[in-house]
Amino acid sequence: MSAPATYRQPVSRLWWLKKPTYLLFMLRELTCVFVAWSVVFLTMFVYAIGRGEAAYRRFLDWAASPVVVVVNLVALAFLVLHTVTWFALTPKAAVVRAPRAGRRVVATKMVYVAGKVRPAATVIQVGGRVPGAAVIAAQYVGLVVVSVFIAWLVLR
Amino acid sequence: MPDSIQMRVTRYTPGDSAPTVADYDVPLRQDWSVLDGLNHIKDNLDGSLSYRWSCRMGICGSCGMNVQGTPKLTCGTFLSDYAPGPVRVEPLTNFPIVRDLVVDIDDFMEKLPKVKPWIVRNDEAGALIDREYLQTPEELEEYKQFSNCINCMLCYAACPVYGLDEDFIGPAAIALAERYDLDTRDRGRRERLDVLIEREGVWGCTFVGECTRVCPKHVDPAGAIQRYKLEAAKESVMAVLLPRGAL
Repeated sequence: MSAPATYRQPVSRLWWLKKPTYLLFMLRELTCVFVAWSVVFLTMFVYAIGRGEAAYRRFLDWAASPVVVVVNLVALAFLVLHTVTWFALTPKAAVVRAPRAGRRVVATKMVYVAGKVRPAATVIQVGGRVPGAAVIAAQYVGLVVVSVFIAWLVLR
Repeated sequence: MPDSIQMRVTRYTPGDSAPTVADYDVPLRQDWSVLDGLNHIKDNLDGSLSYRWSCRMGICGSCGMNVQGTPKLTCGTFLSDYAPGPVRVEPLTNFPIVRDLVVDIDDFMEKLPKVKPWIVRNDEAGALIDREYLQTPEELEEYKQFSNCINCMLCYAACPVYGLDEDFIGPAAIALAERYDLDTRDRGRRERLDVLIEREGVWGCTFVGECTRVCPKHVDPAGAIQRYKLEAAKESVMAVLLPRGAL
């Protein structure tokens, strides 16, 4: 018996516009371009400093031109999106465990036996798996610590 | 609340050049699911309408369809949430349509056994039937979430990667591989990784995350895939650092 003729549903080239979540995914993927731009911009900045004061001034003048300012503002917005979305996704990939002392009783199932209510089973929270929110929060704390350190290094 | 709602249902008969849309007015009742609406059409308006369903309680996983563009179990999706309508009911995306709302899921059925979704114990022949393997509640909790998969295919319909690359093994198959990998009784991790470490395995996934959002059983396939990527990456690094195997 031959297989029945089926209809293959085409995927639109603009599939990523069909849902806000698809669009957000595409924007998140696009952030890599702006991350790369930031690396190039910072490298040029450091290079200019290394070449002396005149080169440094020229770099600052160029960086203050309207086009570069607009590009950097857009880049900043994408960098924020990059940071927020990837921090939010981390707990999906990394399962972080606290020491076993973190276990606690979260519920006790009660059953009705011979006219009395008795505890039957105790549900124990998994060996201290750190909640996703804590993993995300820890990353922000790390970001702040590193930023403060760099600020201190540059401004002292 | 109006007393009826229009359902815009995809119709396709084998041999047609493309699917068409048929409109049906069905009674709008507070407790009617989309599946109840389809059953009303089949019983009272057009007996030729084809669709899959069985349990009506979100267990069998056969009534998955795209409702208003989003993959849903139609037995757990209420018509009143789409009032005043019309509500679009289409076959699951990314699968070939067999007839009306029925899709061909053979591709998944062929891929699923590749990840060996069963307990592998090659160390002791017949060990599984000969003895008991005790498990603590914590050990059960590790994989329980992933064992809730009912193979309803909503995640495949939501996954743009699967739509664009049919070689991608897909969200549910990887979540089920994870379910057995995390089981303390299982010894098949290595065999599954050999399949999933490939490009059409976990690396096909770009982490859109829509599979997890549409999953009616809160399995979180996207999480399973990202955890696997970490595992696969570790494996690749170890293969470079220790080419002769583990210390």
